[in-house]
Amino acid sequence: MSDASHSNRRWFLRLGAAFGGALTACKQKAVVEEIEPSSLGKPISGYGERSQYEQAKRLLVPAGLGKNPEIGSTRTPLQDSYGIITPSSLHFERHHSGVPQIDPATHRLLIHGMVEQPLVLTMADIRRLPSVSRIHFVECSGNGSTEWGEKNAPDAQRSHGMAACSEWTGVPLSILLAEAGVKPGASWLVAEGGDACRMARSIPLKKANDDVLVAYGQNGEALRPEQGYPLRLIIPGWEGNTNVKWLRRIRLVAQPDMTKDETSKYTDLMPDGTARQFTFEVEAKSVITFPSGGQKLSGAGMYEITGLAWSGRGRVDRVEVSTDGGTSWQNARIDEPRLRIAFSRFRLPWKWDGQPVTLQSRCTDETGYVQPTREALIAARGVNSNYHNNAIKIWKVAADGAVSNV
Amino acid sequence: MFKGLSCLILGGQAISLPHWFQQGVKSALLVIGIASALCGQSAKYGVGRPPTPEELKGFDISVAPDGTGLPEGSGTVAQGKDLYASKCAKCHGAQGQGGDESALVGGQGTLRSPKPLKTVGSYWPYATTLYDYIHRAMPFKQPGTLTPNQVYALCAHILHLNGIIAENAVMDAKSLPQVAMPNRNGFVRDPRPDVGSKRTKK
Repeated sequence: MSDASHSNRRWFLRLGAAFGGALTACKQKAVVEEIEPSSLGKPISGYGERSQYEQAKRLLVPAGLGKNPEIGSTRTPLQDSYGIITPSSLHFERHHSGVPQIDPATHRLLIHGMVEQPLVLTMADIRRLPSVSRIHFVECSGNGSTEWGEKNAPDAQRSHGMAACSEWTGVPLSILLAEAGVKPGASWLVAEGGDACRMARSIPLKKANDDVLVAYGQNGEALRPEQGYPLRLIIPGWEGNTNVKWLRRIRLVAQPDMTKDETSKYTDLMPDGTARQFTFEVEAKSVITFPSGGQKLSGAGMYEITGLAWSGRGRVDRVEVSTDGGTSWQNARIDEPRLRIAFSRFRLPWKWDGQPVTLQSRCTDETGYVQPTREALIAARGVNSNYHNNAIKIWKVAADGAVSNV
Repeated sequence: MFKGLSCLILGGQAISLPHWFQQGVKSALLVIGIASALCGQSAKYGVGRPPTPEELKGFDISVAPDGTGLPEGSGTVAQGKDLYASKCAKCHGAQGQGGDESALVGGQGTLRSPKPLKTVGSYWPYATTLYDYIHRAMPFKQPGTLTPNQVYALCAHILHLNGIIAENAVMDAKSLPQVAMPNRNGFVRDPRPDVGSKRTKK
């Protein structure tokens, strides 16, 4: 253990002791009265619920949803998260035609096209195959689209909440493809969902045979309907839209289908009028979740800056934090385990002197790629590319402790 | 058990194993060990069943850029105009200019501008995508209810509104893939990392 983390631990212990002491001195009498149980608790239940005092919620976009409430998205409250796992109930969503309610007993997955033997598999069939559990983030490539232009997102939920991280359980897609036998010449597959619009994306066969999962489990239980129950693709590190939910069909092809969601959407328009297509990988990104927009520091003194970092290309190697406008950077401590293509939680003790300040984090992944500034991204891509904004996020702390978007 | 395992090995592309090998396998443990090693690579598990022709037909709604998957049938601009008014105009505007949902018409020449308008006419590279998407997803509240003739007619009308095909054009499995979309060559493959890179290793 390094000297730095020793000293971090020491000040935390001191801080804890001081805080505890202050509580004891001021509130002892009232606290004792409130916590002494004088009546029975609630009856035991079969499926747990969080405390009534916990209020973190997904945010609906557009607010309250529009004329078609089946279209829209929700954002994960990253600013209220601990650790690296997102509760399934708070995992962000993007829906194009509502959330289908699928009976797993009747659900079927068809694998066909350029295969030796087209196959129909039931959920029971799929569960007979060797499964794995892996922790991966999923991020919508539209996450942060508000930050290209006027940066009107007031908090981390609105600016970065289309990212979440879960433990996924499922069968490697490579096993299913081998079962059907891919014919020579096939180099893509088209995955199709069972939602009303039967959303479809083309995926290169190379990735499909690498690390893609056909998942039925999330965080120790079945997928939630909003997350694709009973079956979905998990395409580690690739833009969220490719992780087709309610998976019902995989068709092996020689060329991509050029579906609506890989031509008219999820393509990045450049200043010269061309658009980048099949921009699959999520590049290294991080965001400070405390202190972040909408929060308020209670006064000068010690705090723990914390946040999340991730990369679609592998492990997070380093997260640096600057508290002086980007002049100097300090390495944040990253919690173990550091997993491939998963959230990493970073932390850095920080003493606020009560003066206005900006806070920002910068992620480097195991490939050596360094998270760029917003200015650098805009210089290369303009402000109309919409997707794949992985810019360094800067929060501003005012003298009164209020934190806001810069 | 022995029988099952040797079938597994044969099914798993291990047929070319030399004679001495098959002769030499006398220990059940050894067989199990080799069989498990092969399982990881090429053994088949024998799950699932072949689809029936009806299932395949019902499921396979994909239309590819070369026209693969387009059904028989046809539709004209005029037929599409009436259908559009009743099925599409409410959300996409009477002339495809957009409304509660996205614009389908206009925007050609705006992609380089500060306010690009991405529509079927200005942005979509393939007319086949229009058929594929209308058929699988539209109308929003009754997806999959349009007949092939109706989908062809709607494609014709929307393409005509964009000035891409003539008023007397007929769309079918042959003509639709040949429609020259204005932004056909407007897409490039992902060149990233383009910014912020100090990549030293893959």
